[in-house]
Amino acid sequence: MTARIGVVTFPGSLDDRDTQRAIRVAGAEPVALWHKDKDLKQVDAVVLCGGFSYGDYLRAGAIARFSPVMDSVIDQAKAGLPVLGICNGFQILTEAHLLPGGMLGNDHLHFICRDQKLRVENADTAWTTDYTAGQEIHIPLKNMDGRYVADRRTLDELEAEGRVAFRYMDFNPNGSLNDIAGITNAAGNVVGLMPHPEHAVEPLIGTGRTDGLPFFTSILKKLVNA
Amino acid sequence: MSRTPLDTVEHAAATPDVELPWAELGLKKDEYERVVEILGRRPTGAELAMYSVMWSEHCSYKSSKVHLRQFGEKAPESDALLVGIGENAGVVDVGQGYAVTFKVESHNHPSYVEPYQGAATGVGGIVRDIIAMGARPVAVVDPLRFGAADHPDTKRVLPGVVAGIGGYGNCLGLPNIGGEVVFDACYQGNPLVNAGAIGVMRHEDIHLAKASGPGNKVILYGARTGGDGIGGASILASETFDDAKPSKRPAVQVGDPFQEKLLIECTLEAFKEKLVVGIQDLGAAGLSCATSELASNGSGGMRVTLDDVPLRDSTLSPEEILMSESQERMCAVVEPDKVDRFLEICDKWDVIATVIGEVTDGDRLEIYWHGGKIVDVDPRTVAHEGPTYERPYARPSWQDELQADDANKLPRPQTSQDLKDQVLKLVGSPNQASKQWITQQYDHFVQGNTVLAQPEDSGMIRIDEASGLGVAIATDGNGRYAKLDPYTGAQLALAEAYRNVATTGAKPLAVSDCLNFGSPEDPAVMWQFAEAVRGLADGCRQLGTPVTGGNVSLYNQTGEAAIHPTPVVAVLGVIDDVARRTPVAFQEEGQLLYLLGDTREEFGGSAWSQVVHDHLGGLPPKVDLERERLLAEILISASRDGMIDSAHDLSDGGLIQAVVESALLGGKGARLVVPDGLDAFTFLFSESAGRAIVAVPRSEELRFNDMCGARGLPATRVGVVDGDTVELQGEFSLTLAELRETHEATIPALLV
Repeated sequence: MTARIGVVTFPGSLDDRDTQRAIRVAGAEPVALWHKDKDLKQVDAVVLCGGFSYGDYLRAGAIARFSPVMDSVIDQAKAGLPVLGICNGFQILTEAHLLPGGMLGNDHLHFICRDQKLRVENADTAWTTDYTAGQEIHIPLKNMDGRYVADRRTLDELEAEGRVAFRYMDFNPNGSLNDIAGITNAAGNVVGLMPHPEHAVEPLIGTGRTDGLPFFTSILKKLVNA
Repeated sequence: MSRTPLDTVEHAAATPDVELPWAELGLKKDEYERVVEILGRRPTGAELAMYSVMWSEHCSYKSSKVHLRQFGEKAPESDALLVGIGENAGVVDVGQGYAVTFKVESHNHPSYVEPYQGAATGVGGIVRDIIAMGARPVAVVDPLRFGAADHPDTKRVLPGVVAGIGGYGNCLGLPNIGGEVVFDACYQGNPLVNAGAIGVMRHEDIHLAKASGPGNKVILYGARTGGDGIGGASILASETFDDAKPSKRPAVQVGDPFQEKLLIECTLEAFKEKLVVGIQDLGAAGLSCATSELASNGSGGMRVTLDDVPLRDSTLSPEEILMSESQERMCAVVEPDKVDRFLEICDKWDVIATVIGEVTDGDRLEIYWHGGKIVDVDPRTVAHEGPTYERPYARPSWQDELQADDANKLPRPQTSQDLKDQVLKLVGSPNQASKQWITQQYDHFVQGNTVLAQPEDSGMIRIDEASGLGVAIATDGNGRYAKLDPYTGAQLALAEAYRNVATTGAKPLAVSDCLNFGSPEDPAVMWQFAEAVRGLADGCRQLGTPVTGGNVSLYNQTGEAAIHPTPVVAVLGVIDDVARRTPVAFQEEGQLLYLLGDTREEFGGSAWSQVVHDHLGGLPPKVDLERERLLAEILISASRDGMIDSAHDLSDGGLIQAVVESALLGGKGARLVVPDGLDAFTFLFSESAGRAIVAVPRSEELRFNDMCGARGLPATRVGVVDGDTVELQGEFSLTLAELRETHEATIPALLV
């Protein structure tokens, strides 16, 4: 048996088809979810993909957070449903308060697209068990509003509890506090990050590395073994 | 254009003596008289608006079409061409049932006035052309030219243009995989912002811009119509910027990429359900263009009720609605029983869609406003039977002098130190420096099919996951070469783009072009244009790559000074399996570097002559298209059979520029040796065409040499991939760190 992993399409989602492909490449079954639809079609996990949902008007992720599908995602995530937010998805998760903190515009004020080196800080979340803690990986990064910020107490908490899941290495591409690239909730089922693991799953495509595939194999193993 | 009483057809017939502002709308006196003759009466205000905008240079190609005909007349036999010149974009068969559409357009003038929106809407426009053919857009490329790198205005224009391209393209989810960035003082007041796009579809999904079948509904969908860009097409393209007439600069359109993304998805869903009979995007000339083109390409006429057009500004007059260039709009022709489903899909994507008219069985385009008929024309006279000019042209008097100013006689480096200094100066010069600061503002990963992106020789996209089928695209143009000899310059642009596609392992199939020139009213400019078109058409015939479509941008001049003639050529290629693609970067130490082709003392128009001597004169490199074809065949075979691991075409900057780029991208150095018969300077800096440098694994050397020998392509061993320096034996050695610093620091230092 395999796992069914939902990918939400909002108006302005860009990486929905790429994320579905990555799920397929990992061996799981992608299920398309629609923003106007509360029904999560009984999926085993959900990915909120990258893009500019609702044009990123008002603030990245701010409108998407109020869409019908998110009502269900928020409820079920609180009940333990694994949810991964990539880039715009991460922004939506912070707007939905499933993850703490928020994202500001990159400190250099430009869109940035690069092959980014990261360190995996937490290999115990639902989405990271196929990595080892301390592992260094390269994942494409591309965003306009990627500067992670949170108040001091939240940052201290994240650090103390090992909830910083990924950290930028060598170069901080957007001015994120503590070089934070991604975080997890306390339960480890909700993970958000700015870089795009779905763009690093095939050896020929993009940067030519497959360092992003373990996100999808991690969740598959967890779900299939559950 | 008084609005009381409404200027209906009836009113126009009854008031023949009313003066209309035809000159202000860009029409010449004889053109206006022709409109009157066609209609048999004076035009209404709305009709005048339509004719003026559709007969502008930008929409009618009136100065260029007598020359452009050669692309059809000289077109080579090609099985690959499915749709040729004249539609929104050409369509090429790439095998396995797939068809690819691609096109390059200019958005030069708006991008000077308002760099961000000008460039952004350039991307939006070309992408709608691609959707209108029935294809899903899969990539964009952006050939850009700016004024001098250190000019203060470049710091205004370039960052705005780059942010606009990124802001729009990134938001659409289209990988930006190629293009160019060139600086030259000649583009100071006239930056060239060309935008290209590629789309993929199945053969059976090709759609055309025509309205057939009486009773079929005409649906306008997408953004509401506002007052932006009114007369943009007409005025921007027909009047040269002149500081004395600032009022001639109209508002540049404002883009909303989010709306366009919805438009793409909604249109593709409607195509998938086969709901669309004909389709046209609204770009230059807005509804005037869409309705007249759809009607004139179809079998019947069309009746449109302008009151039904959703407006952003309720005070717009009917003339303004017809001329508005509001972005993110499309027009579809749909059978009556499919209208409901079409509207449902639009609603799903939150796209406003409105039936504004229907196809009639007559042959007139009739437009109504407040119950009165304000347009009654034969649509062909608007869309296709505009004026044609045989503009006088003459070889400029200064051409001989320019060509006599031989770059080969410029002082050359005398010592090893001179050589080394000039290499550093070259790789750090704005035109040869790394453009990473620019390209990293573009998403090149989205859609998950990008195999190669800039700074590779061509961008490459996988279009079939199972078979690995892919397409490659390269755009090139060298205004300096074209200034020295426009015929040869156009062929060199073609040759370089063709070579760039082949260097990555893809087979060149077809051509699109964007022809950027000065004022056609200047016989010297018109000569440059005529020569460039003749060169390109001849070249395409010889290489077997038909021109599938393109764009002409004239009046790129400020006062008397025209830009260099700048034909930008895009070549599209196909590769059976993207796994066989050849990258630019050196892969493994120990691999042998082979120089393919002949190297001559050719420095006219070269990067060296510009960087070291600030010189432009002499003749550009010679073109040998048969040699280009042979070189391409060798590069493609070598890639397919695994005989080479990296390859880079030699063009501006010559061999040393190519080697430095391959070394920096691969993080591996090279030891070079000057081959017999050449001096070090010519070896490094010559820009002879028809050449590439390839890295051959030692195990493949014999086989590769045999192949080149048997086919008669000169292949000379010139070095080896090795170490962390680029060394010319007996002359100099430069560390990769020093080269990287020089190569990468220039652009940020100029712009940040």
